[in-house]
Amino acid sequence: MGHDTSYTDQKFNVVGTRVKRPDGLEKVTGRAKYGADASAPGQLVGLILRSPHAHANIVKIDTSKAEKLAGVKAVITSKDLPDHTGGNRGMLDILENCMARGRALYDGHAVAAVAAIDRQTAKKALKLIKVTYKVIPHVTDVDEAMEENAPVVQDYVFTPGGDGKTPSNISGIVPFGHGDIDAGFEEADVIVEKSYKTEQTHQGYIEPHACLANMGSDGTGELWVTTQGHFVFRNTCAALLGMDVAKLKVTASEIGGGFGGKTHVWMEPVALCLSRKANRPVKVVMSRDEVFRASGPTSSTSMDVKIGAKKDGTITAASAQLRYSCGAFPGIWGMLGAMTAFACYDLKNVKAIGYNVLVNRPKVTAYRAPSAPMAAFGVESTMDLVAAEIGMDPIDFRIKNAAKEGTKASYGPTYGPIGIGPTLDAAKNHPHMKAKLGKNQGRGMACGFWFNFGGQTCTDLNIGIDGTVNLTVGTVDVGGSRASLSMIAAEELGISYDDVKANLGDTASLGHNDMTEGSRGTFSSGMATIFAARNAIDVLKQRAATMWEIPVEDVLWEAGSAKATGEGHGNLAPLTLKEIAAKSPTTGGPIAGHNESVADNAGVSFASHICDIEVDPETGGTKVIRYTVIQDAGKAIHPDYVEGQFQGGAAQGIGWALNEEYIYGEDGKLQNPGFLDYRIPVCSDLPFIDTQILEIPNPNHPYGVRGVGETSIVPPLAAIGNALSNAAGVRMDHVPMSPPRILKALEEAKSA
Amino acid sequence: MAGVLVTTTVNGDPVQFACPTDETLLDSLRDRVGLTGAKEGCGTGDCGACSITLDGQLVCSCLVLGVEANGREVTTVEGMTEGGQLHPLQEKFIEHAALQCGICTPGFLVAAKALLDKNNDPSEQDIRYALAGNLCRCTGYDKIVHAVQAAAVEMRKSTSKRKSKR
Amino acid sequence: MRYEAPTTTKAAAGLLAEEKGDAYILAGGTDLLVRMKMDMIEPDLIVDIKHIPAMQSIKASAAGATIGAAVSGAQLGAHKGLIKMWPGVVEATNLIGSDQVQGRCTMVGNLCNASPAADSVPAMIAAGAKAVIVGSKKRRTVAVEKIVTGPGQTSLAKDEVIESITLPKRPTKSGDAYLRFTPRTEMDIAVVSAGINVTLERGVIKTARVVLGAVAPTAVLVPKAAKAIIGTKLDDAALEKLAEACSEACNPIDDKRGTIEYRTKVAGVLAVRAAKIAFKRAGGA
Repeated sequence: MGHDTSYTDQKFNVVGTRVKRPDGLEKVTGRAKYGADASAPGQLVGLILRSPHAHANIVKIDTSKAEKLAGVKAVITSKDLPDHTGGNRGMLDILENCMARGRALYDGHAVAAVAAIDRQTAKKALKLIKVTYKVIPHVTDVDEAMEENAPVVQDYVFTPGGDGKTPSNISGIVPFGHGDIDAGFEEADVIVEKSYKTEQTHQGYIEPHACLANMGSDGTGELWVTTQGHFVFRNTCAALLGMDVAKLKVTASEIGGGFGGKTHVWMEPVALCLSRKANRPVKVVMSRDEVFRASGPTSSTSMDVKIGAKKDGTITAASAQLRYSCGAFPGIWGMLGAMTAFACYDLKNVKAIGYNVLVNRPKVTAYRAPSAPMAAFGVESTMDLVAAEIGMDPIDFRIKNAAKEGTKASYGPTYGPIGIGPTLDAAKNHPHMKAKLGKNQGRGMACGFWFNFGGQTCTDLNIGIDGTVNLTVGTVDVGGSRASLSMIAAEELGISYDDVKANLGDTASLGHNDMTEGSRGTFSSGMATIFAARNAIDVLKQRAATMWEIPVEDVLWEAGSAKATGEGHGNLAPLTLKEIAAKSPTTGGPIAGHNESVADNAGVSFASHICDIEVDPETGGTKVIRYTVIQDAGKAIHPDYVEGQFQGGAAQGIGWALNEEYIYGEDGKLQNPGFLDYRIPVCSDLPFIDTQILEIPNPNHPYGVRGVGETSIVPPLAAIGNALSNAAGVRMDHVPMSPPRILKALEEAKSA
Repeated sequence: MAGVLVTTTVNGDPVQFACPTDETLLDSLRDRVGLTGAKEGCGTGDCGACSITLDGQLVCSCLVLGVEANGREVTTVEGMTEGGQLHPLQEKFIEHAALQCGICTPGFLVAAKALLDKNNDPSEQDIRYALAGNLCRCTGYDKIVHAVQAAAVEMRKSTSKRKSKR
Repeated sequence: MRYEAPTTTKAAAGLLAEEKGDAYILAGGTDLLVRMKMDMIEPDLIVDIKHIPAMQSIKASAAGATIGAAVSGAQLGAHKGLIKMWPGVVEATNLIGSDQVQGRCTMVGNLCNASPAADSVPAMIAAGAKAVIVGSKKRRTVAVEKIVTGPGQTSLAKDEVIESITLPKRPTKSGDAYLRFTPRTEMDIAVVSAGINVTLERGVIKTARVVLGAVAPTAVLVPKAAKAIIGTKLDDAALEKLAEACSEACNPIDDKRGTIEYRTKVAGVLAVRAAKIAFKRAGGA
């Protein structure tokens, strides 16, 4: 397996060690400030009135009584949020999702909002708002939504390739692939065709959405908010409120989990609008109920997978039709599922078609490797079925068909050096594979893939008079990236990690930074940090040259110091960064480095997981006995935090596989909008999660870094499905594989 | 707004605040006393992010009324450091990377301390079940359990050191 | 909203009697505050019973036990004497929620909240527990199975408050157990549960009470299931009859936690497992 080895031999001093993170002290003492932890003098409490219906025309909203209630300072509806989008449908969708415009599109859709002097008054005011609804038919199931006479969610959506006249719920049909699948299936000795369903889940971050909005009567404003992207939030809020971007300063609080769910505005424009109308700060904090009903969960899916292979294990054709729900607005979720479905494999004939389908549910947004886990469930379960049919070991079957450098990916590009083969080899040889299994226990494995993104980044590196360094970045720190970025700066400059302090800059302090999503935080800001540091080094060398009165070409930077080279300079002792910084006022002023870039070629990330599960055959109850994550990180800047990403993603995948789902009634209302009945794993549900970090460097990053945050949520659904199949002898095709579903499958198998 | 005056002790200090009778202790601590370490993750006792101790008993502050704190002793995460010295649990959480976003961390620290104060040599399962009331979405709990185990070792060492000094 | 913290049971009953609006009792608050948070109720008066001495203690001996209504799950779980005599009752109460919830929740609160899935109830009924009820004018003692009349509903009058739960004399060679099914290891509401109490004579089951939870609007006492194991040492045939009788007695619903068929099947499974534990605890082999 070839790859550029210039990084693997690179000797790092700081990168790759396990230092203490800079925000740790704040977080363990309760001092760190999150979205709901800020206050402003005179602040009002903002509350949102939400539709109790899955689909209803809003005939009338009478806010008069609410407005008259003492202590109420503002009441708003969509009338207070005029359309400034200039025909931008995507932006109008966001606006409409923040506040219904004549039609409630899902249970929980915002229809009005109030700002009042305290919570009790705000609650009373909400009760005084009279909304007249005309309930109309709804649809919440993805397959039902595709049927001809299904209730239509948005009348501007037409099925691609259709007559363009009759609105439907299918906003996209997106194919990927190459080759000739019909010919491929003809060649196959064995074909397995199966359908699967996965239910909707939520990112489940423990911190609800919260913000403090403060608008001035002069068109300026400030927003304190928990977000994965304060620059994007700024752009969106300014656009929706008809403000100049530079006049809205957004400060990102510490974030209490995002996983993609905080890349999108949900109530922030409403908070700003309330503040503007009341001319006072307004704090809006979502309740847990609102988070489930009115933020951005994942898609629910329905898919058909077909894989054909020769007796020797070569896959001859693979196809899938993947139907993904997008909530009440169009989205790219089916498309992403189709892109990722077969990405782990080297296939001559492959076709995946993604359907983007609207339903009367909240607007879907990203959840950690969005759309990939569901597709992987279908494909990786089918892989095991094919392997069983031809009598081949499931890992060997995957190794035989694994993508490698030079493979044309099922979604288009040609891979550079990648880690799927190495992770499979590592899985095959991992001690987990040899561990003994007990009664009612089974073992399964599965692979996963995620793209990772680059995106716009802007970073500032400023050297203080004493030689300590401030690193200001614009990517929100969701998992400890401030530590990693400080490490990178220290590495580049050749100084101690303890001399670098990383901060998250607000939108007034830096140029645009894209969100922390797509596993891009450490990758992109890391790249920008490297270049900002190298920038600063140029300046440092220049200053040393000035101090020594020699040409700058004769100065090099090594191990944190400027060194004079060349003839006649041998007697010059090296100048440390601290010494140069101390003299900076007289050599040219403050020393800084800066970088704006679009970090491209983030480098794809692959993983293989192994899972042992125990099933209680009389109740369908399950227990995860052992779990191992093997993933390619390219280069692990801070191994503890890379492990943390592996373990966190795996835990989310396990919850998704076994228990988490949005449960809707016939009435289209969400029945479990709380942590009691939306069941995420608790501490006693899980074993220790073993991790193995592989490093197949990404040739497009100076250190070889690949994004790591997302891939680990992709394999668990299938790893558990495959383990269950081996433990209990039943193939589960509906996620979550909850005890009632497992018991039903066991009973059906018994009676068959 | 009908309200009450509450006279209580928070982290060893006498504190007085006024609050509506239907306000939770969580909201009183955050909005009246200004201690925002306890967080609302759910408001219904399902996530433990609001964990505090009330007269030494571990509770969810979202399930206690502010008025109930009258005459009682409340401790929060802010009270865990002793004179600027981090509690072993706080140190081990940082050392073992037992936090990523950190929102659940205050709750976990209070709950873990309640465990170790009762049982200074807990097994892995003891720890997991004692912390089952605290949800974490970032870490998968792995490094949290390791950190608590390490803190337990540390605390037993210093207890035996103190004992042997006598 | 008014908050009162009376110091006698009579005073508490009096406050309830006089209130014209909606009055609620606050014990642990682990159900009450949740209902307030979810806007299901808007109390005009809350009566905090935790300052009433008569409700604060546990007295337990072989002659019987009395558990005050303000006693928390944590206190119950720390009482070695009670655990020895009534392990089923204690373990049932200790399954309610996390350690944080245990620091506050009470058996009586769990009973009066009247959820079909309440954990303490099947075990209390199986144990033959009685509720000591104090009204503004009179006291009465009633079997626990007569308290809950439907989901969220009790037979208590407006001015009545339960002061304590009594458990009967505990013969030697008796044992009780409570099991429930939840998808996660903790933090869930029971999908189905079984509480079983047996006494043995010469190694054979002499008396038995079998109670199922979460399979009907209220907990179900299943005499037919008890009959199936009386006179036996829990041989396979007896256990099969036990499971059948339990499944027969189920009248569950399909809801977000379980299906009718799931609850019906697993009720039998749990009853068998609980019976074996209770039998062992009673000294059976």
